[in-house]
Amino acid sequence: MKPFTTLTGVAAPLPAANVDTDKIIPARFLKTIARTGLGKHLFANMRFNADGSEKPDFVLNQPAYRNAEILIAFENFGCGSSREHAPWALLDFGIRCVIAPDFADIFHNNSFKNGILPVKLPREICEKLMEDAKLGGNARLTVDLERSVVIRPNGEEIPFAIDAFRRHCLLNGLDDIGQTLQHKSAIDGFEARQRAAQPWLYG
Amino acid sequence: MSAEKPRTLFDKIWAHHVVDTLADGTALLYIDRHLVHEVTSPQAFEGLRVAGRPVHRPDATIAVVDHNIATDSSRRTGILDPESRLQVETLEQNVAAFGVPYIPLLDARQGIVHVIGPELGLSLPGMTIVCGDSHTSTHGAMGALAFGIGTSEVEHVLATQTLLQKPAKNMRVTVDGQLPMGCTAKDIVLAIIGKIGTAGGTGHVIEFAGEAIRALDMAGRMTVCNMSIEAGARAGMVAPDQTTFDYVKGRPHAPQGEAFDRAVAWWSTLPSDPGAHFDKEVSLRAEEIVPMVTWGTSPEDVAPITALVPDPDAADDETRRAQLQRMVEYMGLTPGQKLTDLKVDVVFIGSCTNSRIEDIRAAAAIAKGRHVAEGVRAMVVPGSGLVKQQAEAEGLDRVLVEAGFEWREAGCSMCLGMNPDKLTPGQRSASTSNRNFEGRQGPGGRTHLLSPAMAAAAALAGHLADVRDWQPVGSA
Repeated sequence: MKPFTTLTGVAAPLPAANVDTDKIIPARFLKTIARTGLGKHLFANMRFNADGSEKPDFVLNQPAYRNAEILIAFENFGCGSSREHAPWALLDFGIRCVIAPDFADIFHNNSFKNGILPVKLPREICEKLMEDAKLGGNARLTVDLERSVVIRPNGEEIPFAIDAFRRHCLLNGLDDIGQTLQHKSAIDGFEARQRAAQPWLYG
Repeated sequence: MSAEKPRTLFDKIWAHHVVDTLADGTALLYIDRHLVHEVTSPQAFEGLRVAGRPVHRPDATIAVVDHNIATDSSRRTGILDPESRLQVETLEQNVAAFGVPYIPLLDARQGIVHVIGPELGLSLPGMTIVCGDSHTSTHGAMGALAFGIGTSEVEHVLATQTLLQKPAKNMRVTVDGQLPMGCTAKDIVLAIIGKIGTAGGTGHVIEFAGEAIRALDMAGRMTVCNMSIEAGARAGMVAPDQTTFDYVKGRPHAPQGEAFDRAVAWWSTLPSDPGAHFDKEVSLRAEEIVPMVTWGTSPEDVAPITALVPDPDAADDETRRAQLQRMVEYMGLTPGQKLTDLKVDVVFIGSCTNSRIEDIRAAAAIAKGRHVAEGVRAMVVPGSGLVKQQAEAEGLDRVLVEAGFEWREAGCSMCLGMNPDKLTPGQRSASTSNRNFEGRQGPGGRTHLLSPAMAAAAALAGHLADVRDWQPVGSA
């Protein structure tokens, strides 16, 4: 996983609540056995017409936002299915950070596993950032995970809260599995006790 | 010894499964059952292969194909869509290479992962159960802690049989009283989502309690827990009781004989203690529930079937007004229109929410002796091969086919638009599935969520209909 330290880039405004994972990546694009290559289907139904041509009004089709690395949205971002294809599609497009008032739990979890930083900030702050984002390439945002702050184009610093373990993993690009396997003897001990108490769970 | 602090069902199952606790309070949680399907697993197995890691406990894992397979006779001659075929073949190669038990497409036990788990006794009370699918919450009906995970976590469980998790908060939704005629578990859960919203349960595990929940059979409890995720909850659960134990007894993978009695003794200790703390409490009266149907593109946009399409201009704020306007346009509605005036093109009875034998009986009871309206395509898709066999043994397939319904093979089918069963743009469906998002059942498709009985009534009427006006022929 690519570490996330500091990111300065264009933020795309997506002023909608309940952006669900079927919007982020419709189910018909889940028939892949790879993690990469999904960026071209990101927000497919909002971004493209049935004939494959672009919908010019959609934010990521506008010249200023084609290389956006940050997305600003409203409440309950990523609700719906558990598909990790949603963060894979965002990442493949180039989005490394989503800022919203809150996130659906599974999407929130999946983002961290892929080096995407979900930042929770109150609605009124997201509204300010949404206004900044509407200035396109003239207003880059900085997201500094080391210091846990978002820096507005006017220099104002907005601190955000983040789980310490997840921050550590993201800053260092750490693989969860490798860390968990350091607890192997605890797992073995748990299994030995459970097998004795509830043998029907084994075999 | 001091008295222990009263604990919830969730607290108890959680505590039983903590292997280790990290410095910041993150728990390493043991997973008892891992269900695997073709869509969210290929990249996880690939990750294992790259790192040279085995599957830690194949015996705790079960794989099945359900999401992108056909549900008609074409499945017998191979999968036509090359991408779907590759995904199924990849799963078959992976289970063979890693020694994971697998139920193949043409096996009688094949079906939707959330139907076969409980049905085969793979999902048991007190377990931690995960699957790379958000509707894993379904298995919480067994009195288990069951939740959906992403593909990175699928790989983590395959490699270690654990997950790194922060404990969720406790929420209790109590439904007391008796459900009125025509109402089902689906109407209960739609009413709950209408009340608390699609983020109402975020960060929480919901325990469903109260007289009306206790009175539900296991299929009904599964329907309610299934849609916990539509309320934003990490999981939904119902405390195990005699109904649960009777359901589990004798199932192929359930403990048998003396082990079953020992298991019941343990499972009986799991229900929340009196006085246990819930961070959030919500209650509803069952008597006040009416048959429900969604009209918008989020499950919280739900109303009694007797209601009218809302007027966006009546919204309190501009964001909501714009949202309602978008929904009304997408769904092809006119504000003030009666929901019962909405003509349907397709009726889908199936999905992990409502495809169990009880659901098919409910639909067949309404359909018996009647016929699907002209111009409506109505399909019934059993949740598993075993549900299909049972329905056929009861003659339900003949009742449905005579009434003009298609009787199909088991799978996810038209719930999610990634197999051949899809809506075409502009088509309106009455669907027993769980999500009415834009394009969920196919690009441009318009979905109304409702119960199996309500879906059957819509098929017969040709428009959304109040099931109370369509009671079984011959009943008083």
